[in-house]
Amino acid sequence: MDKAVWDIGYLIASILFILGLKKLGHPRTAPTGNQYSAMGMLIAIIVTIAQMDFKVIDNFILIGAGLVIGGLIGYVMAVRVQMTGMPEMVALFNGFGGAASALVAASEVFRRIKLSEEGVTPLPEDLDLYVAWTAIGLSALVGWMTLTGSLLAMMKLKGGVEIFGTWYRTPTWGPEWLNYVKGLFLIGIVGLIYMSIEEPGNQDYVIGIIALSCILGILFVLPIGGADMPVVVSLLNSLSGIAAAFTGFIIGNNVLIIAGSMVGAAGLILTNIMCKAMNRQLIDVLFKSFGGSDKEQVTRTKVGSDPEEVAMICDGISKCVIIPGYGMAVSQCQHQVREFADILEANGCEVKYGIHPVAGRMPGHMNVLLAEANVPYEKLIEMDEINSEMAECDVALVVGANDTVNPVARSDEGPLAGMPIIDADKARVVVMVKRSLSVGYAGVDNDLFYEDKTMMLFGDGKKMMTELISSMKEL
Amino acid sequence: MEPITLGGLIVLITIFALAIFLGFELITKVPPTLHTPLMSGANAISGITVVGALILLQNTPYNDANPGFAAWLAFAALVLATINVVGGFAVTNKMLNMIAGKRGKK
Repeated sequence: MDKAVWDIGYLIASILFILGLKKLGHPRTAPTGNQYSAMGMLIAIIVTIAQMDFKVIDNFILIGAGLVIGGLIGYVMAVRVQMTGMPEMVALFNGFGGAASALVAASEVFRRIKLSEEGVTPLPEDLDLYVAWTAIGLSALVGWMTLTGSLLAMMKLKGGVEIFGTWYRTPTWGPEWLNYVKGLFLIGIVGLIYMSIEEPGNQDYVIGIIALSCILGILFVLPIGGADMPVVVSLLNSLSGIAAAFTGFIIGNNVLIIAGSMVGAAGLILTNIMCKAMNRQLIDVLFKSFGGSDKEQVTRTKVGSDPEEVAMICDGISKCVIIPGYGMAVSQCQHQVREFADILEANGCEVKYGIHPVAGRMPGHMNVLLAEANVPYEKLIEMDEINSEMAECDVALVVGANDTVNPVARSDEGPLAGMPIIDADKARVVVMVKRSLSVGYAGVDNDLFYEDKTMMLFGDGKKMMTELISSMKEL
Repeated sequence: MEPITLGGLIVLITIFALAIFLGFELITKVPPTLHTPLMSGANAISGITVVGALILLQNTPYNDANPGFAAWLAFAALVLATINVVGGFAVTNKMLNMIAGKRGKK
C-alpha cells in the first residue's frame, strides 16, 4: 500500500482542528471544540509515527522519550497551575511552541549542511534550495522571536523578574528610536536569509539569524506597557502558528501548513477583537509606548472608609454591581467577593458582576477567576449590557479596578481617551477596594476616587473583603 | 525528503493562503469569557509542529558519526512541542470546565 494513503489521516486531523476552533468560539460548544482539536492532534501524531520506518531503532527510543518527557511536563504544569497564573502559563506554552518550530528549522538546516560536508547528500539546488532555506530562515525568525518575546511577556505579566534573589521590574515604555532599531534588525535578518541562500553551506548565517531574531523578540515586547500584554500574548500566539506553517514548508507537510496558518489568522482576528475592546489600534499598541514615562503625580487626598461604614451602606440595598479588576486577581480574593455577594443576596439584594473586556491581564481573566469561585455564569454581565443598568444601581463595588472605571476616558485627552469604561460613577454609591490612590497602568489619576459618593477601602483586596464580610455578619 | 517541484510548491502555497482565509472567517464574534480559552486552545493547535519534530527525528540518525547535534535539536523541539500540546489542551480543558461546569449546575 502506498504510504501516501496515511496522509488521509492528516486531512481528518485538519478537519478536526477547523471544527474545534469553530466550536471554541461559542460558550456551549467550547469544551467539545477543545476535545475535537485534541483528538485531531492525537490522530496527527499517530499517523506520523505509523508512517515511519521501523529500521532505525535508536531514533524510536528518542521519539518515545521525547513524547513521554514532554507529555509529563506539560500535564503536570497544567494540573498545578493556579487560575491566577493562567496568563503567564499561556504565554510560556506559546513560547515553547514557537521555539519548537524554530528548533525544527535549525535541526533541518544543520542536518543538511552536515550531510553535504560528509558527502552523503549534496546541498539542495535551485527551487529546492530557495524554498527550503527561505522557509528555514522565516521559521527561525518567527519562532525565536516568539520564544524570547513570550518569555519577556510572561515576566511582564508578573511585573518583574527575579535574578539571583534580586527583583527587577520590567519597563513599561520605551523611547521612540527603538522602533528604528527594530526595523534595522528586521532588515538585517532578511539580509542574512538572502545571504544564507547565496551560500547555503555556511552555517554562520543561520546562527546570525537565530541571534538577531532572539534580540528582536525582546526589543519587540520590551517597550509595550503591562496593560497591553494580553494583546501582545495574543499576537505572539498568532506568530507561533505562522512559525508552524513555515515549518510545514520545510518538510512539505500539509497539516502543519493548515493548522499553523489557521491559528495564525485566527490569532490575528482575536488580537484585533481585543484591541477593539480597548478602543486601541494594533499599530499604536505595538509601536507607540503607552503608560508613558511621566506618570501623573497624585496630589489630591481622600479619606478612607471603614469596612463597618461600607457594611452599613450595603445593608438593605436592592441592587449591587461588583466590578472586579486586576487587583482581585493579585490578592486572589474572588472567593471573598463571592461570599460577600451571597450575604447581599440572602438579604434580598440583586447582585451582578460587571466585566470590562480588558479587566485583568488577559481577556476573560475575570470570568475565569469568578468561575473558580462558583459564581454563576449568568451573573457575569458584559460592559455594554451592565452600563444600561448602572443608573439603577445602589452600590457599585469596585474591587482592584482603576482604569476600566476612570471617567476621564470619556474625555478626549490622555492615554485613556476614548476607551470604553464601566459607568461605575453612575451608581448611587461607589465603593472602591484598592491599596492606595496610586495611578493604574495607564498612568492617569482617577477623578472617581475623589467624588463625594465614593468610599475608598484602602488595603489588600482579600483582607478588606474579609473584614467587610465580618462587618456585614455583625449587622 | 524528496526535492520539491514547482507544482508541489504551488499546491503548498494554495493550501497556505486558503487556510489563512479560513482562519479569518472562523473567528467572528467571541464573548470575552472565551477569549483566554480560545487563545490557549489555538496555542495548543500550533503545537502541531510536533509532527515536524517527529519526522525530523526519524530522518536524523543520532548514533553514528552523522549529524548528532541536529538530532538533539529535533529532540528538544519534540519535547517543547509536546509540552505545548499536552499542557495547552489540558489547561484549556481546565478553564472550560470551570466556566461550563458552573452553567450545568444551575
